[in-house]
Amino acid sequence: MAHLVLTLVEHRDGHIRKSSLEALSLGKRLAAEGGGTQAALIVGKGVTNLASEIAARGAALVVIADHDVAAEYSTEVHAKAAERAIEKIGAGLILESATAQGKDLAPRIAARLQAPYLADIVDARVENGKLIAVRPEYAGKALIRVAVPVSKVVVTARPNVFPAEASAGAATPETTSIDLSDVKPRARVVRFVGASEETVDVAEAEIIVSGGRGLKGPENFPLVFELAKALGAGVGASRAVVDAGWIDHDHQVGQTGKTVSPTLYVACGISGAIQHLAGMRTSKCIVAINKDADAPIFKIADYGLAGDLFEILPRLTEAVKKVKGAG
Amino acid sequence: MKILVCLKQVPATDSRIKPSGDGHAVDLGGVEWVVNPYDEFALEEALRLKEKHSGEVVVLSLGGDRIEEAMRSALALGADRAVVLKDPAFVGAEPLAVAEALAAMAKRESPDLILCGKQGVDHDRMAVPAMLAEKLDWPQATVVVKLEIAADGKTAHAEREVEGGHEELELTLPAVIAAQKGLNEPRYANLKGIMAAKKKPVTVVTASELGLNPPASSVEILEVLQPSQARKNRMIAGDPAQQVEELVRILRTEEKIL
Repeated sequence: MAHLVLTLVEHRDGHIRKSSLEALSLGKRLAAEGGGTQAALIVGKGVTNLASEIAARGAALVVIADHDVAAEYSTEVHAKAAERAIEKIGAGLILESATAQGKDLAPRIAARLQAPYLADIVDARVENGKLIAVRPEYAGKALIRVAVPVSKVVVTARPNVFPAEASAGAATPETTSIDLSDVKPRARVVRFVGASEETVDVAEAEIIVSGGRGLKGPENFPLVFELAKALGAGVGASRAVVDAGWIDHDHQVGQTGKTVSPTLYVACGISGAIQHLAGMRTSKCIVAINKDADAPIFKIADYGLAGDLFEILPRLTEAVKKVKGAG
Repeated sequence: MKILVCLKQVPATDSRIKPSGDGHAVDLGGVEWVVNPYDEFALEEALRLKEKHSGEVVVLSLGGDRIEEAMRSALALGADRAVVLKDPAFVGAEPLAVAEALAAMAKRESPDLILCGKQGVDHDRMAVPAMLAEKLDWPQATVVVKLEIAADGKTAHAEREVEGGHEELELTLPAVIAAQKGLNEPRYANLKGIMAAKKKPVTVVTASELGLNPPASSVEILEVLQPSQARKNRMIAGDPAQQVEELVRILRTEEKIL
């Protein structure tokens, strides 16, 4: 029997990534709404043992592509694995999390299948054979509700938006495997270089502390890093300070940076230009710290602290450490 | 080497975006149209590669009459010529149709490399570069912040941004590379370039010349919404110590985040 959903599962360091757990929960729900089942695909080297965990997260069938050639992520290898999985088991809705990998891979698969592609969805349900989904455009300044037949569509789901359900417990997975030994990718990952800061990546962070012009200079960015470290947070930045070279572009939040939806967003010395607000307005709770009580950032903040961030941030870092220390 | 650069126009990032009267489209009346910011990095990289390896830079685009302006600005910066598919059916088409059109244009050029911006800052799909690579059956590297082409022009070394770091890739050419901010610092046009651009060729092609069918879409737009999220807008007063104490209390006991 063909499956309604095929979810592509990502892993890192031997574990299924949280964003993929979210995708599996979403895929399970969408399959149920459409009266079908979810299958999942795992591609890598030495990944067969992840099948039971994937099954416990709601996959009726786990397709395994375990091969040396898949040791590192490769668009071509993963796209071939998806193509073969779909050929073998049949699936209408191809789902992946909108991670760096998902955004690189999913459109390639969509083009191969000649299927419509919905990127970075933030809401979804299946109704009368159609996927009804909401996707942001213009970095979230507009939300577009679209409908597309569930029988053929490729979708990426924004991380940190859909909940990951708890595991259903140990399961004996139904599995099938596909071969990749004939695949010869022309682009290969030869090295991974981790970011130097000891903080969480802003795209994946559940809490983000962001700094802007109000910090007055790059020498004051450690105030933001220290608060982020105390909170276990990622560090964000406004375009102004990225363009001024205070911090690397990896940190930029906004329309020409990253669009984020953390549980908590702390904006420090950010006035709230429309291009920045677009990138963080879907955060669940927004705290703004700014000298200017009329700054636009306060209009979209839940909690505003008008005041001197050089006084506030060190105190906040200490207070957070105390709270966390007390457990 | 011959390099193609795909370029599109988008509303400037400080534009206010609102739904149209019937709520089925985005109202783009009165917005300022600019070259997609990520495409500027792609063009700059192409110009630098041409300076280093010699060759030709050709700009590709799809659009209506307005696109001419973007083409001229690319030519003013140093691109050698431009090819535009002018067909209203392709304006606002789904990314797959755009990729198919670009692939058809690229096949007539036989380039060594295609550079694109990693995404349009309008639809934010990040789809066209990967789809174009697929339609040409070429390798791809997306979200690229560093690019080097080997002296023999046969391979490339690219660094792409991923969660928590950078992936370094080796690719054989031809390939599609999608540029991320940070790849380079785009130049500005000078008067000499602007004057020279007036004489550079802009070739207009049609869908039928390219053997393209009119794009079909199975994606139905039901509604365009404006994001609205109720915010508490609570200002916390007091001196810094009091503000911090109150904020921490709220985050702990009310929001239950800490």
